[in-house]
Amino acid sequence: MADIYRLFIGLIAVLCAASLVSGILTWRSSKPTSSTLLNLNARIRAWWVMVAAISLAFVFGRSGVIILFTLISFAALREYVTLTHTRRSDHWVLIGMFLIVIPLQYYLVWTNWYGLYSIFIPVYCFLAMPALAALWGDTSRFLERISEQQWGLMLSVYCVSHVPALVTLEIPGNEGRGLLLIAFLIATVQGSDVLQYIFGKLFGRNRISPNVSPSKTWEGLIGGIGSASLLGASLFWLTPFSPLEAGVLAGIACIMGFLGGLVASAIKRDRGVKDWGHMIEGHGGMLDRTDSLIFAAPVFFHIVRYAWT
Amino acid sequence: MQSLAGACLAGLARAITGVIPIWLGTRPSQNQRIYFANHASHGDFILLASCLEPEERARTRAVAGADYWRSNRIRRVMAEDLLRTVLVERNWVERTQDPLEIMLKALDDGQSLIFFPEGTRNMSEDPLLRFRSGLYNLAVARPGVELVPCWIENMSRVLPKGMLLPVPLLCRVIFGAPIAVEPDEDRTLFLHRARQALLDLKPTNGAWR
Repeated sequence: MADIYRLFIGLIAVLCAASLVSGILTWRSSKPTSSTLLNLNARIRAWWVMVAAISLAFVFGRSGVIILFTLISFAALREYVTLTHTRRSDHWVLIGMFLIVIPLQYYLVWTNWYGLYSIFIPVYCFLAMPALAALWGDTSRFLERISEQQWGLMLSVYCVSHVPALVTLEIPGNEGRGLLLIAFLIATVQGSDVLQYIFGKLFGRNRISPNVSPSKTWEGLIGGIGSASLLGASLFWLTPFSPLEAGVLAGIACIMGFLGGLVASAIKRDRGVKDWGHMIEGHGGMLDRTDSLIFAAPVFFHIVRYAWT
Repeated sequence: MQSLAGACLAGLARAITGVIPIWLGTRPSQNQRIYFANHASHGDFILLASCLEPEERARTRAVAGADYWRSNRIRRVMAEDLLRTVLVERNWVERTQDPLEIMLKALDDGQSLIFFPEGTRNMSEDPLLRFRSGLYNLAVARPGVELVPCWIENMSRVLPKGMLLPVPLLCRVIFGAPIAVEPDEDRTLFLHRARQALLDLKPTNGAWR
């Protein structure tokens, strides 16, 4: 497990450097401090907390990671459902989503029952939810209500649960190193978010989709994903992959992550909000931070599962 | 016991709803206040109380309907012993005590009140029902007490009428600027203005319904 210490020492070094740079920028900037800089400081502070939470989960191994992602799903689903149209008659379906579906999905991941956790939500929950709603008898906006909640489960629970599921993959020669695969995915996808932000701030000119997100530019995307792929390649020692394979997988994960962020922005734009919530200072809500991971996790999981096990 | 119950409920409300207070028109203060809010759920006053500072929360009591909360033993113990609500009888034909007197007594004891001027939980599609005259009577009788409008967002979705288990959804409580009765303002005019002051706090985007 020496590799995991190397990774976390590296992370702490990066965070120290970030804190130092933003501290110097804040100190040298004209007063009052600009909102961009205040936001940057808040974001870096929040990164310290997030790295601490992930480290704590890693200390407890597989169960720690599963508990952490159960809580992340809870927070994400809460933010998502808040923005949907719910009626009084949806109450039991909603309670079931939080109290039954989330714990059961993660229990299935914990027991490594791939055959069931990969279909539990998209088959059984998707059939049970409209059935329950129909039994209740309220047909008003039926299709919209049901599909909104179904997609919420898909994003906030099903996709997110594929991150801890990486630990259950039995890759020959990689026994006992499942946590490192999770660390690799989180580091590259979140690293890509940060790098896209930095490249966008420095070189951003041409917006990709001004209607959806004014802050996403081609320069940020290409620079961010290119550098994040290099980051992934340089982290190959965490994984069973060769440097080239690690770089390609990181690139795919980061492109998925970009699409996840774009979709999340579209939902927020549709609902007239800037952030999903206010849980993580400087970043917004849990979904603002995990939107990229949500799209990247299942794709990364399946590629690794089919090509390496 | 009561302060412990209050702290536990406030903690629970925060864990379930992640509630944050938004002090739009005023700040937390030592002044004696009547917080008047929209009402659609039993969770409303717990949520509002959880947004207050511990000292203010300790001296703030919610005004609730005696006909509902005294109707059985469990409710009575909850309302009177655990939640320390000020119970008033809403049915003016059968009532034995004047609700105004009970509320004024609480105010004279130095307590702040949480007050729902609609008089009942709003089950309609309208955001806010017509205000009853209670708020005006309190304002005229105790002009020194600040009247703070508080818009409670989403609580009716967390715990709708008749449900026991709450759904975790994000909530906010928006505190507006205090209002007072103008010198020559009559009841109807004041109640209309108070209702509008509360409605103005309601966020306009459709998402946070």
